[in-house]
Amino acid sequence: MQTGCPSRGAAHLTKGRFMSFKAIQTAMAGQGYVASDDLAMAVHLALTLGRPLLLEGAAGVGKTEIAKVLAAVNETKLIRLQCYEGLDASQAIYEWNYQKQLLSIRAAAESGTVTDAEARIFSEEFLLERPLLAAIRQAKSPVLLVDEIDRADEEFEAFLLEVLSDFQITIPELGTITATARPVVILTANGTRDLSDALRRRCLYAHVGYPDRQTELAILKSRCPDIEAALAGQIVGFIQSLRKEDLEKVPGIAEMLDFAAALIGLGINDLTQDPALLQATMATLLKTEVDRFNITTEITQRLAGQAA
Amino acid sequence: MTRVTKFSGRDSGPAARVGGFVAHLRDNGFRVGVAEAEASLMALAQVEPYRPTEAKSALKTVLTGCREEFERFDTLFDSFWMNGGRVTERMSRSNTMAQHVHSSRPARGADEGGASGEATAPDQGEGESNSGGEGKLVATLTQQKMRRDLRHVVQPDEIKEAEAIAHRLGAALRDRRSRRRKAAQKGDRIHFRKLMRQSLQTGGEPLQLPKKKRPDRPRKIVTICDVSGSMTLYAQVFLAFVAGLMRADDTADAYLFHTRLVRIAEALRDRDPMRALGRLSVLADGFGGGSKIGTSLLQFSKTYARRFVDGRTVVVILSDGYDTGAPEQIGEALALLKKRGCRIIWLNPLKGWDGYEPVAAGMRHALPHLDLFRPANTLADLAALETELMRL
Repeated sequence: MQTGCPSRGAAHLTKGRFMSFKAIQTAMAGQGYVASDDLAMAVHLALTLGRPLLLEGAAGVGKTEIAKVLAAVNETKLIRLQCYEGLDASQAIYEWNYQKQLLSIRAAAESGTVTDAEARIFSEEFLLERPLLAAIRQAKSPVLLVDEIDRADEEFEAFLLEVLSDFQITIPELGTITATARPVVILTANGTRDLSDALRRRCLYAHVGYPDRQTELAILKSRCPDIEAALAGQIVGFIQSLRKEDLEKVPGIAEMLDFAAALIGLGINDLTQDPALLQATMATLLKTEVDRFNITTEITQRLAGQAA
Repeated sequence: MTRVTKFSGRDSGPAARVGGFVAHLRDNGFRVGVAEAEASLMALAQVEPYRPTEAKSALKTVLTGCREEFERFDTLFDSFWMNGGRVTERMSRSNTMAQHVHSSRPARGADEGGASGEATAPDQGEGESNSGGEGKLVATLTQQKMRRDLRHVVQPDEIKEAEAIAHRLGAALRDRRSRRRKAAQKGDRIHFRKLMRQSLQTGGEPLQLPKKKRPDRPRKIVTICDVSGSMTLYAQVFLAFVAGLMRADDTADAYLFHTRLVRIAEALRDRDPMRALGRLSVLADGFGGGSKIGTSLLQFSKTYARRFVDGRTVVVILSDGYDTGAPEQIGEALALLKKRGCRIIWLNPLKGWDGYEPVAAGMRHALPHLDLFRPANTLADLAALETELMRL
């Protein structure tokens, strides 16, 4: 049984239907996301070519955020599939509502209409949609975020490949369900394990790194509009040099924003003003015991001094 | 704009140029093909390709697939499209296949003998005449050609014993951590899907309760054995073990290396153990020569490991860590291997000695990446690994 007609991938290729990459960059900036040229181009091509986009990079550089912003830009739904070890079809695609099925069979038996029980209980009414199925059954093409794909095991990766190449899902009892609108697929990975070449080949690729000084400053300003320019400069300089220290867990953009929020909350407007307080706010940046131990007050003061 | 490469008038337009560029990337180790070339053209149609930066980031998105490629792309792009206005004559070189499969380095010595004469190559041609002359000792890239018959190295009864040990180790490595559940006679949870199906036959009464459980997932064992000169004595024991393992376990995989890496799994699966060793000695040409651990492991990580090593694999390396190549390579190779999600066990025969310290530079670079570092001189030592492997 076919539900809905497939939308042709080629329809996406007509030029002008989507914005150019500069326009994407501006639109994302409008949502508070400052994207580098490479990244904006990757997003632009993922939209125009209708191919999945694989984003790789360290934790906290804003990979997941891209999907959220993209959904906001396109004014469409964001469907998120968080991967973990042991994720399987019943959690990613669909599951039957067993309790309801049981009750329905009981009710039918009592009223004496058991004849077409099978067709009835394996119908839409008893189907529980999970993210992948939900994503291909939307009226308007949604953004499908497959988060941390490298955490799922390889069997699931293979399965995902099948869905990503055809945008159709086969449910034995119902038949094949083809996408009504092709979702924009964003996959993120941070290198827990190597992904298969097959998956990489089907995706466009962009590596998201830590932002440079200008970009980070722009991010900070777009997220905390009322921050003083001098403090913003200090914060970004401080973070940039902190990243160069030998850390176990390098602070990402989210940490930088937390740090800024903490400073603003404490009413600090100069990093060098209170060493003890600055050291206390390091809790927002240093997330392991070893890092806390290694980055002493002297080091933070030196970094703050350089940044000022 | 003068930096942009000028193409000869004879080439047949943008498609051929992009094709040439894809071939250029392929020559540089990118895994790209026709599908990617097609995607590049489609991508270029979506941007303004006369702007070099825009074309660059568009092609970058389509043609790269991992961080390393992502970082190398800019230089490769510039070298092809922005080579300072020089004229490029040929669009795509007819490239020799095999080079993409194996790292070309270890095979160099053998290759150059038959290569169509490159006059500048230093280590070639002269070799023959020198060997008859006045005892001039010259280091060459030719491989150790000494052939060792491994049938004399490994005894048949040792294989029997090794097989038994390999069986036990295989069992110790069985992984019980699968998180999926599969239908099973004695499961710990109810298999609802099956229950519904079966209850249909009985008018909705669930008379049977089908169960599901977490199945055992066997681990795969990959062994890599160093058979260089310094290891000859110990390799004997280990090869017997490997031969036994290959017979006991269908999923196991085996390699050996000296100056190059050889896959011996197929040969060892021969039904006749002695014939298996016979086939092995043909493969192990160069047995007892020098060792290039780093190069061999790096080659393994970049080629075979991509196909055969996954999160459920245990890689067992037997080597003394004395390398003639750069020791950093070992660390690099193991880090790469580790990213496949496997466990790495290094068995070092020297570790059995009193007062052994892992001072060999290679060993020092390897240590941070190892899950287990143990001595192994005899079959008994291997058998003793059983309890350690259980815990892994």
